[in-house]
Amino acid sequence: MQLVDVDIAKHTIELKVNGRPSNLVLDPRTSLLDALREHLHLTGTKKGCDHGQCGACTVLLNGRRINSCLTLAVMHEGDEIVTVEGLGSPQALHPLQAAFVERDGFQCGYCTSGQICSAVGMLAEVKAGWPSHVTADVASQQIELTAEEIRERMSGNICRCAAYPNIVAAIRDVAEGARR
Amino acid sequence: MIGQAISRVDGPFKVTGQATYAHEHWEAGQPLYGFILGATIGRGRITLIDASRAEHSPGVRKVMTYRNAPAQGAPDESIPSLYWRAQPVLTNPEIRHYGEPVALVVAGTFEQARAAASLIDIEYAVEPGNYDFATRQDQSYVPKVVNGRMEAETSVGDFDSGFNSAAVKVDQRYTTPYQFSHPMEPNACLAVPRGDDLILYVSAQIVDSARASVANTLRIDPERILVVTPYVGGGFGSKLGIHSETILAALAARQLNEPVKVVLTRQQIFHLMGLRPTTSQRVRLGAGKDGRLVAIAHEVNMYTSPHEEYAEQTAATTRALYAAPNRWTSHRLTPLDLPRGEDVRAPGEAPGLLAVESAMDELAYALAMDPIELRIRNEPKVHPETGIPFSDRRLVECMREGARRFGWDQRPAQPASLRKGRWLVGYGMAAAIRMHFQGPAKARVRMCPDGTAVVQSDMTDIGGGTYTILAQVAAERLGLPIDRVRVEIGRSDFPVSWGSGGSWGAANSSTAVYRACEALREKLLASARDKSEALSEIVARNHPEGLEAEGEIVSMEKDPNYRAYSLNTYGAHFAEVGVDVDTAEIRLRRMLGVFAAGRFLNPKTARSQLIGGMTFGVSYALHEQAVVDTRSGAFVNRDLAEYLVPVHADIPELDAVLLDGFDDKANVLGVKGIGELGVCGSAAAVTNAVFNATGVRVRDFPITLEKVLPGLPLMEA
Amino acid sequence: MRPFIYERATDARAAIAAMSTAGAKFISGGTNLLDLMKLEIEQPTHLVDISRLAFKDIEELPDGGLRIGAQASNSDTAADRRVRTRYPLLSQALVAGASGQLRNKASVGGNLLQRTRCPYFYDTASACNKRNPGSGCSAIGGLNRSHAILGGSDACIATHPSDMAVAMTVLDAQIELLGANQAARRVAIADFYRLPGDTPHIETVLGPNEMITGVVLPPPPPGRQVYRKVRDRASYAFALVSVAAIVATDGGTITSARVGFGGVAPKPWRSVEAEAALMGRPATMATYRDAAEAAMTHAIGRGQNDFKIELAKRTLCRTLAQVAQVG
Repeated sequence: MQLVDVDIAKHTIELKVNGRPSNLVLDPRTSLLDALREHLHLTGTKKGCDHGQCGACTVLLNGRRINSCLTLAVMHEGDEIVTVEGLGSPQALHPLQAAFVERDGFQCGYCTSGQICSAVGMLAEVKAGWPSHVTADVASQQIELTAEEIRERMSGNICRCAAYPNIVAAIRDVAEGARR
Repeated sequence: MIGQAISRVDGPFKVTGQATYAHEHWEAGQPLYGFILGATIGRGRITLIDASRAEHSPGVRKVMTYRNAPAQGAPDESIPSLYWRAQPVLTNPEIRHYGEPVALVVAGTFEQARAAASLIDIEYAVEPGNYDFATRQDQSYVPKVVNGRMEAETSVGDFDSGFNSAAVKVDQRYTTPYQFSHPMEPNACLAVPRGDDLILYVSAQIVDSARASVANTLRIDPERILVVTPYVGGGFGSKLGIHSETILAALAARQLNEPVKVVLTRQQIFHLMGLRPTTSQRVRLGAGKDGRLVAIAHEVNMYTSPHEEYAEQTAATTRALYAAPNRWTSHRLTPLDLPRGEDVRAPGEAPGLLAVESAMDELAYALAMDPIELRIRNEPKVHPETGIPFSDRRLVECMREGARRFGWDQRPAQPASLRKGRWLVGYGMAAAIRMHFQGPAKARVRMCPDGTAVVQSDMTDIGGGTYTILAQVAAERLGLPIDRVRVEIGRSDFPVSWGSGGSWGAANSSTAVYRACEALREKLLASARDKSEALSEIVARNHPEGLEAEGEIVSMEKDPNYRAYSLNTYGAHFAEVGVDVDTAEIRLRRMLGVFAAGRFLNPKTARSQLIGGMTFGVSYALHEQAVVDTRSGAFVNRDLAEYLVPVHADIPELDAVLLDGFDDKANVLGVKGIGELGVCGSAAAVTNAVFNATGVRVRDFPITLEKVLPGLPLMEA
Repeated sequence: MRPFIYERATDARAAIAAMSTAGAKFISGGTNLLDLMKLEIEQPTHLVDISRLAFKDIEELPDGGLRIGAQASNSDTAADRRVRTRYPLLSQALVAGASGQLRNKASVGGNLLQRTRCPYFYDTASACNKRNPGSGCSAIGGLNRSHAILGGSDACIATHPSDMAVAMTVLDAQIELLGANQAARRVAIADFYRLPGDTPHIETVLGPNEMITGVVLPPPPPGRQVYRKVRDRASYAFALVSVAAIVATDGGTITSARVGFGGVAPKPWRSVEAEAALMGRPATMATYRDAAEAAMTHAIGRGQNDFKIELAKRTLCRTLAQVAQVG
């Protein structure tokens, strides 16, 4: 069968995003990112490179941060997806969202959703004791969340405006606030 | 209110994903998706193009090629800026550079359009192209003018005899690579037809240029085009003008009478955006033993597209930087069959200061003199070429304040003398200077009887903080709390401005808003009961429909201060780097910039912009380069895994200190621009720190580890 | 991206059966395959989703080894307590690769099968023998700064991009494969990858319908373990050179040594020459230099990547000095 000449079967799937199930009829080629942006109109999740090289498309999949550009929407029936819209609203900001505003952790704002979702996932990874490239002893289960650890763990999120020091400050504020 | 470090007023929208960028508007309903197919040759012509397979591919609504694209306007070179000119696409079978659009496929979904694009059959007649800058420089020529309509060559005194007589000389060549702006938001356009009119949701730094360029290309009245760009995901020069994505979206939307969205892929950006030219720069410094310069020359050769000339003003910064009686600056252009050059953040200064401030460090080393002391000894009293006075020149103050805060006195006097574990550690500094530009801009301010005010301008916010600073200016001048001011920008039906770019946006638009507020105050106070009456009360009492006024700033050509004074911004960068003694991996350890740029409207957003600029400089020193394959004319490393920009881990402790001031020659608010200033000289500070750490002077940028490795000590026990 | 039929496999047998369709391919994490499909470098007509198959667990083996399911994520593997304590260089290699987001999605099986980052492989308009056999190699005479100095051929000098596989190579990992009719086999990682020779498009010994179900790590060898990665950026970049080393010493003499390189060859590179030069020798820089020379005896630079030879030597010497620290 020469597939390029036929319309491929569309899949009807239920995608659960921010706690809300939606039924979508999708071309199986649709990335999770494009399903969110072009079908659910949840444009908070950004397309920066479409190849997992910038992190702007970061969402939480069953609580873990992933690049939504490098997975197919049809692979995620039944999964819990959380996007930046699901973390907070302008009237009720998530603590990380509030800290990003306070610390000026962005300029143009295009990488920001990805940075914030990534930070949420990253803090959970630290809490679970996961090691990173800068963890001196990978066998140690207690991770001290230093600025160096934050920078390494957030390195999958490029900010061309380079708000990096401010992003690290915002994440530290929230992490330290949570410890207090 | 002005000068306060308040948080961005648009911040809550950006951090919750509610800010809508060009390709995120849904009010016009479901769009069609356009996908651009680029040429796979660098020069030649299409001999066969057959779109029938693509046209019959599922969901495809239109395949546009040069055979069926509408006739378009040609670029009019009498329009001074290329960003306002027509940008016709798909007009003929000629291929002038790799990746040039050869087709647009429009389909019901993105997936359908992308897949169908690869089903277009094309054959080319390839012609030999010139792609190798290194071997073509003997073909260079002197342009009539360079960017900013500055002179291509300047000369003062007698450089040759001055240089020959100098006791100490530096004569070195520095090379810098092709670079791209790469904002995180790709260039994009959603074009919506409304009868014969067009709404363009486009990612643009300048609304007026976007509208003019589309109108000139489509040959329609600009008044029939509404450009909308409330949020822009970064620009750094690449969105000063629109490109093929916008033209093709507009053409297709009009043909199909449906909304069409075109977003460039990250890979396409490497051939469909303008790029910073690669350069070869010779810098010659001649000084007495006391460090005083007697001669300075900065000669630049760079590539240009043979079809659309672009000359970065790379040597221009040197004209105002240091005193010396004998001087020469020049620019030459080497035509290559590559995409056209365009402004990339800090055009001119980024490569130019990298060369000159490296050379100054080399001179300081040759003289065994502190690099700051050398610069102070060459501080000019007046502009060294024109003799006109500087306004508000604070370079020395920036260097001294930075030295104190950074702990410059801890700098190892001898290169390669400080070890911390496996790291060779070095300090470097460089000066920053950038000419301040002023352009025409208008703004409208309306006060409403409910005690709110609305500011309107076609100005954009590309991340610089326009929403916030304009709200601050209006709130202060109208006596309102900031949350009572609504700023509406980024629409072509608002008063026209010069947009964001060239570091002029904040000064231009805040001055226009200030003047609009003053005009409004004057109107209102005429009918005040007494001097203490609040403006909002006067509006409520006398103007139940509200009252508005416009304000304006004129171009620098019409402002006598810009002829009588040399207006610049200043700074000093200090960097500490570590170089792995075994592997030559180079890592920034900390960095500080100190900046003077008149009055800072908002120190929080200003600091952010400056640290962002400094990081661009770090990237230019260590990471960024687009590599052209000289066999094909293609940029080979065309994605963000191979074209490296800094990630979080590359940027440790990095801060910017603002020396607040007021430049009364600049404008009524005393404000100057800072969008590029952070970039100026920062790459040189990192470069000089690498030399201080290792004793290895790299003049071919970026400084990747293989350039340092041969100079490292042998492996020790 | 070309159209394809998507199918989620309910069990391994069904997944393998589905592979009998021409043009079928497994998808698991998708982080490399979708990247390549978007650029039409990979053009499967049938995608068999194996991401939900029950190969996610990391299990103890009776001999003290560990079995890592092919569907375990890179993150879960790096964070596993047993991996971190007994095979720390595997954890180090995993967290040195990619980004947190990618590691959460990428599977161990998929990581082993990652394809090269050679820019000409990624450009469908360029000649590339790996992507389009017989078309030529654009990297020879082109941009080859990141390319192989060992194991390449005139047909291909692309490098294998994985960090994880380099660590597994020095751990003598065994790769578990399952084929049609439940035919299971194990292949030593050293035998799993093929050098390019004249057929750079054939990268492993994986059969057309075979699935990687897991990786078996034998009990860790004696000695300290270190993975050292050298790259242009501080993070989120592929290796220019990496070294995986496990060295045991007794009274200053090297009693056991394993050495692997990443970023220098078309496959994760085990250096038996370096190991031989270390065994029974004193743990000194002179010995390490000899090992480095031995490791790079057959290295060939192609111009822009010449520096990798010296860089690999120096990185090996430093890593050995670190790993062989007495006490």
